[in-house]
Amino acid sequence: MTDKSLQLTGKSLQRNQINIKSLKEKFIKGLIYFSVFLTFGIVLWILVHIVFNGFVKANKMNILSGDESILPILMNTFYIVVLAVFISTPIGIWTAIYLNEYAGKSKLVHLIRFAIQSLAGIPSIIFGLFGMIVFVVGLNLNWSILSGALTLSIMILPIIIKTTEEALKTVPLSIREGSLALGASKLRTIKGVVIPSALPGIIISIILSIGRIVGETAAVYLTAGMVPRLAGSPLESGRTLSVHLYILAKEGVSFESAYFTATILVIFILFVNMISNKLAKKYNKKLKGN
Amino acid sequence: MTKSNWQEKLNEKLFLISALISIILVFSITLFIFIKGVPAIKEIGLKSFILGAKWKPGNGQYGILPMILGSIYVTIGACIIGVPIGVFTAIYLSEMANKKVVDFLRKVVELLAGIPSVVFGFFGLVTIVPIIDKIFGGGGNSLLASSIILGIMILPTIISISEASMRSVPKEYKEGALALGSTHLDSIFKVILPSASSGIFASIVLALGRAIGETMAIILVSGNTPLIPHSAFDRVRTLTSNIAIEMGYAYGLHQESLFATGVILFVFIMLINGVFIAFSRKVGEANDR
Amino acid sequence: MNSKIIVDNLNFYYGNMKVLNSIDISFYENSITALIGPSGCGKTSFLRILNRLNDTVSNVKVEGNIVLDGTDIYKDMDPITLRKKVGMVFQKPNPFPMSIYDNVAYGPRVHGIKKKNELNEIVERSLKSAFLWDEVKDRLNKSALSLSGGQQQRLCIARALAVEPKVILMDEPTSALDPIATSKIEDLITTLKENYTVIIVTHSMQQAARISDYTAFFLLGKLVEHEKTKYIFESPRDKRTKDYITGMFG
Repeated sequence: MTDKSLQLTGKSLQRNQINIKSLKEKFIKGLIYFSVFLTFGIVLWILVHIVFNGFVKANKMNILSGDESILPILMNTFYIVVLAVFISTPIGIWTAIYLNEYAGKSKLVHLIRFAIQSLAGIPSIIFGLFGMIVFVVGLNLNWSILSGALTLSIMILPIIIKTTEEALKTVPLSIREGSLALGASKLRTIKGVVIPSALPGIIISIILSIGRIVGETAAVYLTAGMVPRLAGSPLESGRTLSVHLYILAKEGVSFESAYFTATILVIFILFVNMISNKLAKKYNKKLKGN
Repeated sequence: MTKSNWQEKLNEKLFLISALISIILVFSITLFIFIKGVPAIKEIGLKSFILGAKWKPGNGQYGILPMILGSIYVTIGACIIGVPIGVFTAIYLSEMANKKVVDFLRKVVELLAGIPSVVFGFFGLVTIVPIIDKIFGGGGNSLLASSIILGIMILPTIISISEASMRSVPKEYKEGALALGSTHLDSIFKVILPSASSGIFASIVLALGRAIGETMAIILVSGNTPLIPHSAFDRVRTLTSNIAIEMGYAYGLHQESLFATGVILFVFIMLINGVFIAFSRKVGEANDR
Repeated sequence: MNSKIIVDNLNFYYGNMKVLNSIDISFYENSITALIGPSGCGKTSFLRILNRLNDTVSNVKVEGNIVLDGTDIYKDMDPITLRKKVGMVFQKPNPFPMSIYDNVAYGPRVHGIKKKNELNEIVERSLKSAFLWDEVKDRLNKSALSLSGGQQQRLCIARALAVEPKVILMDEPTSALDPIATSKIEDLITTLKENYTVIIVTHSMQQAARISDYTAFFLLGKLVEHEKTKYIFESPRDKRTKDYITGMFG
């Protein structure tokens, strides 16, 4: 073999390598695009499938007013949301205020943060068990809207704390000092300018936790029970929308109702996301304008 | 003046007490779950409880090995499906897409994250399960169906955390790689992914926690047979579904054994969360530096 | 001439660092004193000592005596009472994200004034004193953030005036503004001395020369010279002052 032919084989080898390499690149790029397509496609599939079957095809009259009426269940859900938010919001906001405005870097603060992080990681079925032990049986509240709301208020605590703290962090020092310089105390400054400035963020935290409550099933199922009627008082049992969907799907009684319920849930979540996004955008603009 | 001072102090105490509630809650959740669950484990015997392959409360047989394995298999299955799709999507979002597409896709992912788990379960029941049944037979309620649904459910966790960690890789790294003549894709796989690996790993750990704790979606698509699955098409029951399904009618030792199932689940979760918290702290410290 | 504030042998530490070194200075009633000096000389820290705003920062220590109208502000007065008497205007306009009216009424409300007509009167008076009334009287309920930068700064001055302070501290109040807005604020400041004692930190020597009665020159945490502005600019005693004023450094 001459030198020249050696060189040639070398070159073609190189070319082959480049070809293999660009083929590999194309393959990986294909995988990436395919993954994006899957992610997007799945969401679209879920939305279209559920909304189409639940809204376009289902007999809405029957579900809204007939024997299978969903209205009492909507009301139960509303009650539970209001109660849980009412219980959790003050505690969550106060905690966030403590962490962002008062706490330094002590061991205790580390422990508090660790606890909040842990709460966020505990699965809902465990909250359900805890609610059953403490509220349903321990405090003798039975399966009731109140037991459910108490359990859920624990679940949403980390969301409220975290989102509120983020919002408090964005309040500029200059505004705080402006208030202090007018002779306002620390507490007055927090109440008078810090919280009003962080209000959109705090509202977002509440909206997000409402989304979480409405979507929650396991914990409510074990604490609020599944009576398909309107709860006459917080001490009566009543199923929420998600529990309703679970039971309809599990027992296979009425897929029409199930689709409709699922549609309401999905549209509600769309709504929650939209509002919180809008608020966040407006809020960011305001802060940047400052 | 003293009055307002007094108010200040009182409010600070109120804020502190609120903050302590989280600690009290975590502590009492742990305590109560163990108090209710441990006696059953003692009575049944730890070994025959977690290594017993037969769950027949009617016969006094309380072995939750099938559920432990069920949870593990389903979680692994979910990762096999969710992790590659999630990481690839995150690569696209952080490195390849333009801003408009990113904004749009982020909203899509946010929506996915917000969809209630029971809706995923229902969706799986009416779409995925029949499809599996049609192609492979056997009814469709299976380990595979559970893994697919869970794989979808963990996507938002993996995508958002992985994307954030890829974005935080300094631009200079990438530019350095590009300047050395490597292609865009090369720079992603040889520079960005390794630098972001700890964040991606954290996202996977967090997703593991989500998956192993998920209940309602799984119940609707898994078939719930308390037997050790031998193939992806077998029916499967997880620790979480074991609790949710039988809690409604169980009493006595049977009920206690469900709380005991909760204890085992709790231990799993604590391990996973411990890894996550330790890990994210380490990542945070590395970023601080 | 009456001394409003007397500072006696003031030392100020930030951690282990001594930021201000034995400062002795008096501020006279109904006069404007400009604090000048290169950045990092301690003039802003000094200003924030006078209303104890540094108290909110951890790790700082103040030594010496500062007396306002015969009362030591660190030993015999709490910060809230002090800050009611000593107002402050900041470098960047920092209106609260609320209406123009509420911004001005914030201070009086903090100090317990609740009656609507009383508040109305204070708001109108303060906005007039800050030369802002005519521009905003028809939109008092609009957000303060909708105002221009110069208007925002005048609003902040009105807000400070609303609590009826004796002394007004200003920390480079025009550094974020354009020349027209700056000259409006300078006009405003010169009218303020009729009723208040004004202490202003400024980076601009021209500004100090234009508006102040007294000038104090700070360098490396020390007060180098404090004199009538005229003397400081025409015949400084210290060579360092002369060098700074003629632009040799800084």
